[in-house]
Amino acid sequence: MKTEAAVQLRRATSEPLWLRLLLTTLALAFLTLFLLLPLVMVFGEAFSRGWDVYIAAITEPAAAHAIQLTLIAAGIAVPCNVVFGLAASWAIAKFQFRGRQLLITLIDLPIAVSPVIAGLSLMLLFGARGWWGEWLNDHDMQVMFAVPGIVLATIFITFPYVARELIPLMQEQGREQEEAALTLGASGWQTFFRVTLPSVKWALLYGLILCNARAMGEFGAVSVVSGKIREQTNTMPLHIEILYNEYQFAAAFAVSSLLALLALLTLVLKSSLEWRAARDLADAAKVRSLE
Amino acid sequence: MALFQRKHKPVLPGFGLSMGFTSFYISLLVFLPLAALVLKTLELDWDSFVKVVASKRAIASYQLTFGASFVAALINLVFGLLVAWVLVRYHFPGKKILDALVDLPFALPTAVAGIALTALYAPNGWIGQYFALFDIKIAYTSLGITLALVFIGLPFVVRTVQPVLEDLEKELEEAAASLGANRWQTFCRVIFPALIPSLLTGFALAFARAIGEYGSVVFISGNMPFRTEITPLLIMSRLEQFDYAGAAALGTVMLLISFILLLLINALQHWSHQRHGGVK
Repeated sequence: MKTEAAVQLRRATSEPLWLRLLLTTLALAFLTLFLLLPLVMVFGEAFSRGWDVYIAAITEPAAAHAIQLTLIAAGIAVPCNVVFGLAASWAIAKFQFRGRQLLITLIDLPIAVSPVIAGLSLMLLFGARGWWGEWLNDHDMQVMFAVPGIVLATIFITFPYVARELIPLMQEQGREQEEAALTLGASGWQTFFRVTLPSVKWALLYGLILCNARAMGEFGAVSVVSGKIREQTNTMPLHIEILYNEYQFAAAFAVSSLLALLALLTLVLKSSLEWRAARDLADAAKVRSLE
Repeated sequence: MALFQRKHKPVLPGFGLSMGFTSFYISLLVFLPLAALVLKTLELDWDSFVKVVASKRAIASYQLTFGASFVAALINLVFGLLVAWVLVRYHFPGKKILDALVDLPFALPTAVAGIALTALYAPNGWIGQYFALFDIKIAYTSLGITLALVFIGLPFVVRTVQPVLEDLEKELEEAAASLGANRWQTFCRVIFPALIPSLLTGFALAFARAIGEYGSVVFISGNMPFRTEITPLLIMSRLEQFDYAGAAALGTVMLLISFILLLLINALQHWSHQRHGGVK
């Protein structure tokens, strides 16, 4: 009788087998069509002319320079945004103040604003006819169509990613642990480095790798401010665009495959970080239940 | 001095430093550039502003941008719910890999996605060739633009619905079943209402993201004025003609729309949080 009731209950709270199979097939077909196929396409086209063409495409001077510039831009933008993310989440999650909600909305803005608008705004500030254009020109500094502009555009587009990961987590964790550390005599910085930072390390790392992936792949904003001068202001995505428009498809996909690899690496790291965070959480729960 | 001092000094230090740095950073990166954008727009008088933002070419681009974004977000709403459901409720081999892969559009550079989708759906591409047999063109039409926007917005609905579906208590469904509801009734009256706030949030996020999208669309759209030119592209072509004020005017209109959408999303998330918290 008992097992029959259990079977009935399962039947009542789950779908019949044919429907489960149908839904799973539909979902798999959708994901294959939209996620797997484009990914396979990138690697398939990249190697369509063989290894030699592939290696040549990613080692030619213009490509090498683009890779270098992309690494420089991300290398400056990501640390800046990590510091910003930590400061913003500390202020927002640990304190109550007026305008807090507005500040959160402002931090989200670059995600909703078109990258083209981001680039355009920077142009209106730093461009030759912009607010500071004359002053910059008088002092022999060039921001637009040069590396600083590319770095600024990258920072603008990617600054929400670290902060967005940290704010909800820090809010959830509250202030008790930090307050306890302070009463025990720790200084503010000690509390931050020994209590707060370890407890958000996985979220911080996740925000960092996501920020890095977006920084290396940014296209719209950078394409406005770069001027696309070969071997000077071309990042990897811009280099891909030029190759593609010149009908050098195999080369374009070869450089793309590097960025696709970066994306896959990002996803693998993300999954392993989530797994670690879940394990830490489970461990903490176990310790609490023992107490 | 004592007038503006707080009665209760907060226990934690560092508010001044972190808040000061945050406001400085945001002012420099967001406020100043966007203020420059709006002020540049104000250089135009009203008539020329209207002439730019309500020109036939601009209106055609709004219709395309918003229409394609809306359809793409709608497709993501339906399939996002389906994918979230299958990932949470069913078991099959390779599920974890697929779950991780859902975030691909976040991590894959838009330009890479753009050329890959174009190559797939071009008349001689892997998929495009089969549609070409029936005289259906996908790349270089609004259909192709919509596909690119579906790709870009795919993770949003899945990732907003998934946690809510995971936390949904099985007891509620059992109670509904024991009260005589069949599975379809339970879904419509118990499960679906609980998902509505997160579905709407995901839809709005995918829509907002799609409106501003540039990198993936620029390759697949063909960029023909009046037919396959999205608004960010129109801004770009104004810029290339050194018409900064015109570009800024279009940018301001889009910025305003993005900001309104963002406020709406925040309100939705607040509602979702309350609803979700209320169930427990």
